[in-house]
Amino acid sequence: MELQAVLMAAGGGSRMMDLTYNTPKPLLPVGNRPLIWYPLNLLEKVGFEEVIVITTKEVQKALSTDQRLKTDVKMRLDVVCIQEEADMGTADALRHIQQKIKTDILVVSCDLITDVALHEVVDLFRAHSATLSMLMSKVHEFTETVPGQKGKKKAGEQRDFVGVDVTGKRLLFMANEADLDEGLVLRKSIMRKHPRMLIKTGLLDAHLYCLKRSVVDFLVHNKSVTSIRGELVPYLVRKQFSKTLNSQNATEDSERNQKQQDAHHNLELLSTSKDEALLQLARERSCWNDHRGDMSEAYHGGKLRCYVHIMEEGMCYRVNTLAAYIEANRVVPKLFEDPPIHPAAVVSERSLVGSDSIIGQLCHISDRTSIKRSNVGTSTIIKEKVKITNSIIMNGVTIEEGCNIQGSVICNNAVIGRGADIKYCLVGSGQRVEPEAERTNEVIVGSDQLMEI
Amino acid sequence: MSMLVTEEDEKKQEIIRAKGEGKELTKEEKQRLRKEKKQHKKNKKDDRGPPEKEKEKASVPAPSKPATQSPAHKAAPVPVNASASESPVAAEKPAKSKAELRADRRARQDSERASKPGKKEVGQQSTSSKPKATPSELQPVVKRLPEHVQVDDPAALKKLAKKLERQQVPLRSDYGYKVSLFSHLHQYSRKNPPTQQISIPVTAIHPSIVRLGLQYSQGIIAGSNARSVALLHAFKQVIQDYSTPPNEELSRDLVNKLSPYISFLSQCRPLSASMGNAIKYIKKEISNIPNQCKEEEAKRRLQECIDSYINEKIILASQAISKYAIEKISDGDVILVYGCSSLVNHILCEAFEKQRKFRVIVVDSRPRLEGREALRRLVKKGIRCTYVLISALSYILPEVSKVFLGAHALLANGYVMSRVGTSQIALVAKAYNVPVLVCCETYKFCERVQTDSFVSNELDDPDDLIVTRNGKTHLENWQTVKSLGLLNLVYDVTPPDFVDLVITDLGMIPCTSVPVVLRVKNVDQ
Repeated sequence: MELQAVLMAAGGGSRMMDLTYNTPKPLLPVGNRPLIWYPLNLLEKVGFEEVIVITTKEVQKALSTDQRLKTDVKMRLDVVCIQEEADMGTADALRHIQQKIKTDILVVSCDLITDVALHEVVDLFRAHSATLSMLMSKVHEFTETVPGQKGKKKAGEQRDFVGVDVTGKRLLFMANEADLDEGLVLRKSIMRKHPRMLIKTGLLDAHLYCLKRSVVDFLVHNKSVTSIRGELVPYLVRKQFSKTLNSQNATEDSERNQKQQDAHHNLELLSTSKDEALLQLARERSCWNDHRGDMSEAYHGGKLRCYVHIMEEGMCYRVNTLAAYIEANRVVPKLFEDPPIHPAAVVSERSLVGSDSIIGQLCHISDRTSIKRSNVGTSTIIKEKVKITNSIIMNGVTIEEGCNIQGSVICNNAVIGRGADIKYCLVGSGQRVEPEAERTNEVIVGSDQLMEI
Repeated sequence: MSMLVTEEDEKKQEIIRAKGEGKELTKEEKQRLRKEKKQHKKNKKDDRGPPEKEKEKASVPAPSKPATQSPAHKAAPVPVNASASESPVAAEKPAKSKAELRADRRARQDSERASKPGKKEVGQQSTSSKPKATPSELQPVVKRLPEHVQVDDPAALKKLAKKLERQQVPLRSDYGYKVSLFSHLHQYSRKNPPTQQISIPVTAIHPSIVRLGLQYSQGIIAGSNARSVALLHAFKQVIQDYSTPPNEELSRDLVNKLSPYISFLSQCRPLSASMGNAIKYIKKEISNIPNQCKEEEAKRRLQECIDSYINEKIILASQAISKYAIEKISDGDVILVYGCSSLVNHILCEAFEKQRKFRVIVVDSRPRLEGREALRRLVKKGIRCTYVLISALSYILPEVSKVFLGAHALLANGYVMSRVGTSQIALVAKAYNVPVLVCCETYKFCERVQTDSFVSNELDDPDDLIVTRNGKTHLENWQTVKSLGLLNLVYDVTPPDFVDLVITDLGMIPCTSVPVVLRVKNVDQ
């Protein structure tokens, strides 16, 4: 077997608590399908037959009961539950399932919606015998108004600085703005080996990683690494250029030296394979080099290599913020050839459903309602004379007569009283909006949720 | 009729006896058997009435005629096989059904050929008649053209597509406009890798073979020796992970397992002559494993065979060649090399270590610019080098005292197949009376005969010729210009008149002795 797929679905959705306080993130409906369906679909299309899903008990229950998921997803899902309270990072989760991992792994996050040709990422991993191969995409500006945002856009989240070499494939440098105090520090060893480096900031990390098996073993030995993205990936990128065991800085603490040596030693040892001599011979006899202009052999003789595939065009969203959630809902229905109106939905003829809206099954849409550019979830009841524009209605929502909903997100099981006028709001799960209410640009959640931080 | 039957029986029993003993039929025996089979088939056809030739030449498709012919076709072999099946030898069953299948296939092909509306008849006839049943007036032994030089023949393409589908190997499609003289060769693009259509955790093909194929298609492993070593390394891993299915023999099943892998690799990049010889060796070793050998023992033996093959044919051979070659390098020599040949680089490095005083001129050519890598290795060693492009060849040659060339393969008629540009170098060197020495290991000798570079060659990605200078890429949209074709050849052949000496691990031989070496090798095996 070549690769095992691991789907990380235990995250809490900490950046969109308003949406996720009642519904776990993997089950949030996007385009009338649960969010977790998208990475599963990606893996299935490419040919995986089995996925290890790391998630919480709630999601596991839903996975086993959701009819649609069961019929759509034909792969075998090996669900591993972890306690929500344990607050495991992604690397901790990998350590947890270490026994199941027999080959190299492909780690995917549950909030990734993309149509990338996965073979591009995996080919880099295969061809160069890379230790890490990841996917990044150009960031798209979100154009939709986000409910609850007070006027000006927040000054962008912490940027990632990603350094690649001239070919645009080899990953040389990765740091988050938060970790850089005064400025960007580049090691001389990197510049000596790769004098031309392109540093990009407008990239979105898709959280899709191909990792060698030896990395998992390395994680087992180094329990201090908790997060793949936050700690493991920058560590691997840095270690490509670290000095070998022979030469060491004399100024560093000798204790720390020893630990670092051991860690590094482990990684190198674990990544050598048998028949190394033959591979070495083939490489020596081959007239190929990945760089030119200096005297060193291919890859500068380094064993650890990290590669990145940067998507120029195509769709790649990480649904971890409200803005991304809204954007994804806008774009995703165009991907699939599902009929926009589910055959099991009851839509009255006197209503007007725009061509860019989708209606889930078991919906009940009454007369003289107009639905434009919106996504309506399953089991939703919409009474007469309702106008819905540019909104996302989740499952089990009841909307009474005469409402006007614009640019909003209505979560599961909410009830909107008659005649309410909701503009650019987020109505939390299970909330009731009183009749004749007029809300603009508000986040309506329960009072007990307000204390959550 | 009965006489035919018994003769066939005898023949089949002979084949099975020979196979059962595990010894390969020699070439002569195989030819003889083939001749006899063809005679039988010809007699059968004559029995049935109107010969096939009339059908072939018919310009108007006559669907009724082939319809009546094909049942007649099928009827004739069936009674033969039915009577043959009465003979009690159980092991004959596979041989019998093969003959039956072949007859069916021929009947189907004939009917298809006749029903096709006279499309490119003459061209089709000349190429399609070769792999099909030969008219018995010509010599009975037919050399089948390999698939990779028949790309413009739709019948051959269909056959290939069917074979690949059966083996679950993706078919790679050609890219771009092909120059008409080379339209019979494949032309692939690096932007459409062969892995586009296979599932990501590959199931039909071993992962190390997929990795190897990718490395070939992207040029990460390039050069005849490197490709062979990498191929054998991948085969070692395949053998390591192999387990015999129940009711199967390792000696037969493993060879069948390797066939789709080899098809996949040839889809990534056409196989080189050295790779072909290595594969032949491996297959022979596998079929020679005795049946009672345990699986672990057999695998260990095969791994040892591979290791010894690499050791003998590549590593020790290069050491032997260096020893001979260093005798030819004297102090004060100016040696010209072309491109990056691993063997020539090795020789020069060894000579430098043995304190010979010489300098090297590295000649390079676009689009591969492999000479830069050769230059790097030689300069790293400490050898004094000069670097020119091939366009400056005639200016630099008066300084040169010897030319050392590497080879991709040595053909049976003494021609040297090497990187494109080598024949130029040999030609100009001859004009200047500079000795040309070709260094080549014996495992690269191949039995093919070629006198020109058109018949069998390799077309590389045409987009490699596109270059950006001063921010302008003139050839960017070359596909939109209908009258423009980009040609990126990889190999060319040098006639033996331009080569003065071939240095092999068997010694220093003239170019015309290559067929002798081949004959001696065959006798050894």
